[in-house]
Amino acid sequence: MSSKSETKVVSRKEMTKAQWTLHMMNTHKVGYFMLAPFMILFFLTTVIPVFLSLYFSFTSFNMIETPKFVFMDNYVKMFLEDELFITALKNTLIFAVVVGPISYVLSFLVAWFINELPPKVRAVVVIVFYAPSLGGNTYLIWSTLFSGDRYGWLNAWLLKLGFIDSPVNWLKNTSYILPICILVALWMSLGISFLSFIAGLQGINRSLFEAGAIDGITNRWQEVWYITLPSMKPQLMFGAVMSITGAFGFGDVVTNLAGNPPQDYVGYTVTHHIGEYGGVRWEVGYSAALSFLMFLVMIGANLAVNKLLSKVGQ
Amino acid sequence: MSKRLRTRNHTVVLNRSSGGDAGITVFLVLLGAFMFLPMVYSFLQSLKPLNELFYFPPRFFVSKPTLGNYASLFSLMDYSWVPFSRYIFNTVFISVAGTFGNLVLSSLAAYSLAKIDFPGNKFFFQIIQKSLMFTPAIVATLQFIIYSKLHWVDTYIAVIVPAWSTSLGLYLMKNFMDSNVTTEILESARLDGAREFRIFWSIAMPMVKPAWLTLIIYCFKDLWQMSNTTLIHSEQLKTLNYAIGKVSEGTIARTGVSAAGTMFIMIVPIAVFIISQSNIIETMGSSGMKD
Repeated sequence: MSSKSETKVVSRKEMTKAQWTLHMMNTHKVGYFMLAPFMILFFLTTVIPVFLSLYFSFTSFNMIETPKFVFMDNYVKMFLEDELFITALKNTLIFAVVVGPISYVLSFLVAWFINELPPKVRAVVVIVFYAPSLGGNTYLIWSTLFSGDRYGWLNAWLLKLGFIDSPVNWLKNTSYILPICILVALWMSLGISFLSFIAGLQGINRSLFEAGAIDGITNRWQEVWYITLPSMKPQLMFGAVMSITGAFGFGDVVTNLAGNPPQDYVGYTVTHHIGEYGGVRWEVGYSAALSFLMFLVMIGANLAVNKLLSKVGQ
Repeated sequence: MSKRLRTRNHTVVLNRSSGGDAGITVFLVLLGAFMFLPMVYSFLQSLKPLNELFYFPPRFFVSKPTLGNYASLFSLMDYSWVPFSRYIFNTVFISVAGTFGNLVLSSLAAYSLAKIDFPGNKFFFQIIQKSLMFTPAIVATLQFIIYSKLHWVDTYIAVIVPAWSTSLGLYLMKNFMDSNVTTEILESARLDGAREFRIFWSIAMPMVKPAWLTLIIYCFKDLWQMSNTTLIHSEQLKTLNYAIGKVSEGTIARTGVSAAGTMFIMIVPIAVFIISQSNIIETMGSSGMKD
């Protein structure tokens, strides 16, 4: 470490652990100054809200009166009295379980398949696949394609070809809302994990493939399993976190395509439920309990999947 | 077909079955069409005159392209309550101020986490890494309570300042510094007596250009497309995306205008990405999670 203190050079051995820590804190205090502006804001906008949600989840609070301590009432209500919550939780988990893994695998497959293309061609292909997730509200085009009148693409063609007699209101029909929203979510799901995989694949040491070929790897499927995947584990972990988190934070697609609340609450997610209680009914205590539960579910899912992925190639 | 793989001094032949190649090509073409055609269609919709929007059955291509939708987007905006230029100013101001602060704060924090060995360093980075595992949107109500206690609500601050500390930006920057800024150079500068802020600014920052470009793009993209109506109520503080959403709401006759508006918002991030793709991919090279 830097020993620019002119007075005396201190060695680790002469000090207790606490003294050493204090010494390090003092020599590197500039580090705290550099970190502080970011961290203070980060605590304010992210860490404290999480702890506040834990605190308020044990209270009944309407933003005007002082919070009243109600113990586990909010959590009990969630699972025993609030049927809508059970629906929302079920929908959220369906979305997460379907969209998360599929988008993850899709991101990897596409990144892997385009990896051997010439760089210029690859750059163009990347834009083609990545554009939907960059385009913000562009996914609203899907509401034109699935529009409920006869000018919607699907309706028009089904009518013309004689499969249906009258237009189907796709985004109000309870059997189609969920599949359509999942389709659109997948459409825009080649996001940051996709880019991370592309970079990871580019970074693999080429001589590994050579060595593999000599060791008897005969096709690309063996190659990806024995060489490629284990060599890019850090990217696989990061990509998983991004895909899972993305798959949970999904309410906007449903709101913008099917409305909030959607027909018969099909596709209604916990995010909607949090907004309903936090922003509309001002039952902050209950909303906070929902937030904290979602926080635990998301962190739990991520940690579990990371644990699983750490076993790849071992 | 077998594939040649070039390494530094010779080429190896890897076995690539032609059936596999064909299958992969078909897969990519189909998936690519699924991804890209809606984008193209979005664009073509914005060029269609009103009568072409109501063909039955609808057509993909446009026969008499017009910029009319873009023109009416702007003329409709003139009737809005607040001058259109105000929405543009708000979006540009929020995007620039938010992105600038994000870049400065994240880079400083990333440098201290990556290159200064202070006690607690690993702990703070663990917090950042864990926070990638949930979306802050789920605690929006609690954020609202905090911001309103601070009197941020309904000011620019409520949308700009939170954008200054995003965990993804710090995470990417820190990892990139880990692998691209060599500690030896910093150490020799330290021995020469250079101050840490100076080392950060004139030695470390020039070495991580791809990372700051990436940060700029991600932060800018999010802010550019933002239309946050919970934190901002005053019409004169609202953003372009919000205004365009309002214009295209309503009658079906606005379909074309709405497509024009979407194009207007979408084209900026896509254009920026096209220009800076190689830098972003380079940054993602060190995005992996070690742990």
